[in-house]
Amino acid sequence: MLNSLGREIPEYMEGIGKLEPFQGALTKLSKGWMDEPTIPAPNKAYLPHQSKLCKTLEEAIIRSNPHNGMTVSFHHHLRNGDILLVQTLTILHNMGIREITLASSSLNECHDPILPYLVDGTVTRIFSSGIRSQLGRAIALGVLETPVVIHSHGGRVRCIHTGKIQIDLAVIPASAADIEGNATGSHGKSAFGSIGYAVIDARYAKQVIVVTDNLVNYPCIPLSISQNFVDHVVLVDSIGDASKIATGTTRITNSPMDLRIAKLAADVIENSGFFVPGFAFQVGAGGASLAVAKFIREKMKTKGLKGSFMLGGITSYCVDMLNEGLFETIFDVQSFDAVVSNSLLNNRHHIEIPAALYANPFNCGCITNKIDVVVLGALEIDVDFNVNVITGSEGNIRGASGGHSDTASGAKLTVVVCPSFRGRIPIIKKRVHTIVTPGETVHVLVTERGICVNPAFRELEENLRNAGLNIKDIHDLEIEVDKITGIPAPLEYTDKIVGIVEYRDGTIIDVIHQLKEHGA
Amino acid sequence: MKPKIAAQSGTFESSDVIFLIEPLPHNSGRKIELYSTVMQQYGVSFRRIVDEMLDQFEMTDIHLIAKDKGALEPTIKARLETAIKRSLDQQEGTLK
Repeated sequence: MLNSLGREIPEYMEGIGKLEPFQGALTKLSKGWMDEPTIPAPNKAYLPHQSKLCKTLEEAIIRSNPHNGMTVSFHHHLRNGDILLVQTLTILHNMGIREITLASSSLNECHDPILPYLVDGTVTRIFSSGIRSQLGRAIALGVLETPVVIHSHGGRVRCIHTGKIQIDLAVIPASAADIEGNATGSHGKSAFGSIGYAVIDARYAKQVIVVTDNLVNYPCIPLSISQNFVDHVVLVDSIGDASKIATGTTRITNSPMDLRIAKLAADVIENSGFFVPGFAFQVGAGGASLAVAKFIREKMKTKGLKGSFMLGGITSYCVDMLNEGLFETIFDVQSFDAVVSNSLLNNRHHIEIPAALYANPFNCGCITNKIDVVVLGALEIDVDFNVNVITGSEGNIRGASGGHSDTASGAKLTVVVCPSFRGRIPIIKKRVHTIVTPGETVHVLVTERGICVNPAFRELEENLRNAGLNIKDIHDLEIEVDKITGIPAPLEYTDKIVGIVEYRDGTIIDVIHQLKEHGA
Repeated sequence: MKPKIAAQSGTFESSDVIFLIEPLPHNSGRKIELYSTVMQQYGVSFRRIVDEMLDQFEMTDIHLIAKDKGALEPTIKARLETAIKRSLDQQEGTLK
């Protein structure tokens, strides 16, 4: 059957179940409740002074009832420095455990070593917000029988509430923890800041292991993860490669192209009608998105304008703006550099939030609903303003849904920034390969070659035109770019579905077909 | 014409292409190796541009290696023309 964006969605997938087609960004939410029942979280019992401490990760896993067909979950706050996901799956593999469902909040390049476990049947299903590198290529080429499920950060919480993801074992790395499992990422030698994505895992997993390289005296504060949900605690030498977890500060790009796009995007925001006292703002950490913050910071200072809060993936740049008094509060679900951890620990206006509060659509209001302006990137965008952030131009799975669709749906102004082409590949398409974020939630596209406003938002377009900005029809820009780059030959795909892209409400917004291997 | 000397032009930067040319012994014809990050999408036109320009200069006994990182057509043509002229020892001034 076709969903409302014209994508063919099967009614049922083996290993996944019934699929509900996407019918509009707010269609399901407008009911006011979620139809799917919420499964109960497990209730456990521990005796006073019973020890949770295990000598090794292996011992903790053995105590956690490992079995065939189990679901194992992880958080990705250690980004590309994570080592525990690979270690855990290696231990399970060596124990002969098979048909594991891997439910990591995201997957990075550092997880490539698990590829053999996909090949040999140790891991047979994956839920994640992002997949990249060799894993992304192998999955695009069809290494798994059952399609992977790509969810948003908010959608993952919903998946766990509804039991679509039923976690048997959650392994939660923490940069500081005590013997009862109170844990945080905000201090210690491997500090990574917010641990927001793991909170739901701790609440719902049948078994929870906190792994730390920094066992502190009881109690470990702040209680980002609290002891009443933790079964086992392990002290290890290292939870990851500190140099890849969080170092120093995030620098603003030097790329003239990114800076040009960022400046235009800041001009768009300034003249949009949403750049007003008390505005709430979110930017990504990537090239052009973060650079937008630089220009917005200057504009705020010039105008003496102060905002309300910043949200999301937090960089040192956001912390600087908080410290300068430009914003009153930071809500931090994920931190990107070392400075952020310090701020999270020491500044009471810098608040750690769980993924549910950040972006789960099915509660009494996640914070993404309160965003005024969000700046997001794109791998591709089409003339209907649908955005692809998951499949690359070469057909591989190489990105992340992350909070893209969550924030876009909540914001009053969603600005997508990207170059009009990258390495000769046009970014503006007639039709994106994979839709992650629906065009109805995207207001403006900013490229170095012009600004395109979604025709559904006429008043915005008028505001921007009146400000003298270079507004183009997205269809015209698409043709203009094709003339520069030449039209790329289309990639070839089979009928097999290797990935399912969930919208945040659980409906299916698109599927990813198996890529035909080219010459190799 | 035949290359007189080994020559190169371009860079390994994204959106650029690097061409390397070396002379081959008499009657060797053309040995062409094209690599591109966008071979799937633009391989056919890339090959066509290279063939046309080598024809235009009537190049033979040439070993040409190209490593493309998504250069646009005008870039590909300019880099290749430069590499060919350098290999023919025809370039002057800063283009040499």
